[in-house]
Amino acid sequence: MNVTARPLQPDLQDLIKPDRVHGSLYTDADVFRMELDRIWYRTWVYVGHESEVPNAFDFVMKSIGPQPIIMTRGADGQVNLLQNRCPHRGNQVCTEPRGNARKFTCPFHNWTFSSDGTLQATAFADGYDGQDLSALSLGRVTRVASYRGFVFGSFAADGPTLEEHLGGAAETLDRLCDTSPTGEVEITAGFLQHRVKANWKFILENETDGYHPAFVHASVFKVTESGIGSLYGSKSTALTRDFGNGHTELDLRPEFRLRDQPLSWFGTTAERLPDYVAAMEQHHGPDKARKVMIDGTPHVMIFPNLFVAEIQIFVLQPRAVDDTVQHVTALQFKGAPDMNRRLRQQTMGSVGPAGFLLADDSEMYERTHRGVLSRDPEWLYLARGEHRERVDADGFRVGHATDEVPSRGIWRHYRQLMEAI
Amino acid sequence: MGMMLVEPDLLRRVEQFIFMEARLQDTHEYAAWEALWDDDGIYWLPANGDDIDPEAQMSIIYDNRSRIGVRVRQLLSGKRYTQDPKSAIRHFVTNVEVLGQDDDVVHVGCNVMVHESSLRGETTWAARTEYLLRPHPDGYRMARKKVALVNNDKPLFTLSFLI
Ligand code: FES
Ligand SMILES: [Fe+2]
Repeated sequence: MNVTARPLQPDLQDLIKPDRVHGSLYTDADVFRMELDRIWYRTWVYVGHESEVPNAFDFVMKSIGPQPIIMTRGADGQVNLLQNRCPHRGNQVCTEPRGNARKFTCPFHNWTFSSDGTLQATAFADGYDGQDLSALSLGRVTRVASYRGFVFGSFAADGPTLEEHLGGAAETLDRLCDTSPTGEVEITAGFLQHRVKANWKFILENETDGYHPAFVHASVFKVTESGIGSLYGSKSTALTRDFGNGHTELDLRPEFRLRDQPLSWFGTTAERLPDYVAAMEQHHGPDKARKVMIDGTPHVMIFPNLFVAEIQIFVLQPRAVDDTVQHVTALQFKGAPDMNRRLRQQTMGSVGPAGFLLADDSEMYERTHRGVLSRDPEWLYLARGEHRERVDADGFRVGHATDEVPSRGIWRHYRQLMEAI
Repeated sequence: MGMMLVEPDLLRRVEQFIFMEARLQDTHEYAAWEALWDDDGIYWLPANGDDIDPEAQMSIIYDNRSRIGVRVRQLLSGKRYTQDPKSAIRHFVTNVEVLGQDDDVVHVGCNVMVHESSLRGETTWAARTEYLLRPHPDGYRMARKKVALVNNDKPLFTLSFLI
């Protein structure tokens, strides 16, 4: 048993160095509590997509860290992020994963709430004669904002705007929407929920780690003769990028541009998806359509919890220091049914509890979590490619596809958030 | 659905087949298990309910015959880390019922529990499993196997053995 007494507020400058981090940051329950206060309940966190609540009174259950969040579309068309807690005596007001409801009725004493959280009515109202109940609404996430349909929430009243938070990474969501022939993506296929007994930051860092695929995913690259493996080899021209604010990318475009084949990024050809290609040419014009279809969708980790992985999105939900859920679903492009079917099929094969890729990633998360519980060596070494890290034309740090530029960027931002008062 | 009157022999035959399939899964005899599939086999683990449309919604597994082959070859590759070391598993199959039959297919339902011991720890899985089985000279071939986990609407740990 580890009986070392630790201060409740760990001194991060002793635990986060430019090229290494201390293992306790992944396993210490005090650190996790601090992360909830300073990251999950403060910064912008991705919650859901507008297409999940297309009509007035639609709702869907989401989360911010361990907290359930009800995302609703109000009568006025606005998206609301509500807490699932009755202001009377605390009962949960919603137990359905999704639906359409003009009001939420708390089953305990029958108070009712409108879809923006406002208290509509109390039962046996004469018991509240003369009392002002107007402040008794469902809790609301303080700030709600969306970018290209992706809805984020922040519990902090002040702080950077969503666009300031996204910074350079906003362009990756533009790039994603450009690959849809209507400029819009939709989230309509339902989520798999893949639980791992590991800290959320192992997952956060792995999403843009280009060093592991050649090894962890060797089995599936081999049996499917996939062209993906070479993107992550030592000869790859792909880049890792640190956008700042904790957002990181694996930029595969240099490899796809060498191939110069539309839809090669998706493991297919223009001939196989004629309707999609025609719609893209219609939307963008042939030249831009060709360029977009060569570049493909981004592979970007929007700090702290939205991972766009080319054909699917993952939403990371930390529930405890060693309990994380990856919510994952196929991206769907509005107006591209032939594309969407393939997106779903490929996603179902790769991800989730039985996925050809994610079952092995998740095995690594759990083994790594158990690994860092060992006392010695105390540190994780994150210096790969420091000597060849450089700044690109946009001012972002970049490195080789297999370098640990993303991890270093994530920890730099993490330290800033955790040290901010 | 009401009770079907079924020849005892038929019930014994399908039970024997299902118990054998469970044993091949428990002992990780992947190639022998793959040989039980018919050419148009579908291996399906729905998510978020038992009756979703797998052509529109995400499933945990929705393998056609060629993807069943990929799954097996990945397990046989020696680099499927989530099954190296292999989970120790035992299937417990009960409530076997013939739900319907015609000349070339038998529809069978059963309840299944699987106890798994892996590096993570102990996990118990429970499911309603249904088969479409086609008679074959040496028994049956699986045309369809649907495994509806009772908790398929909840966060699930990795499930990388054959269930
Ligand atoms: S706790 Fe909701 S009405 Fe009483
Ligand atoms: Fe991976």
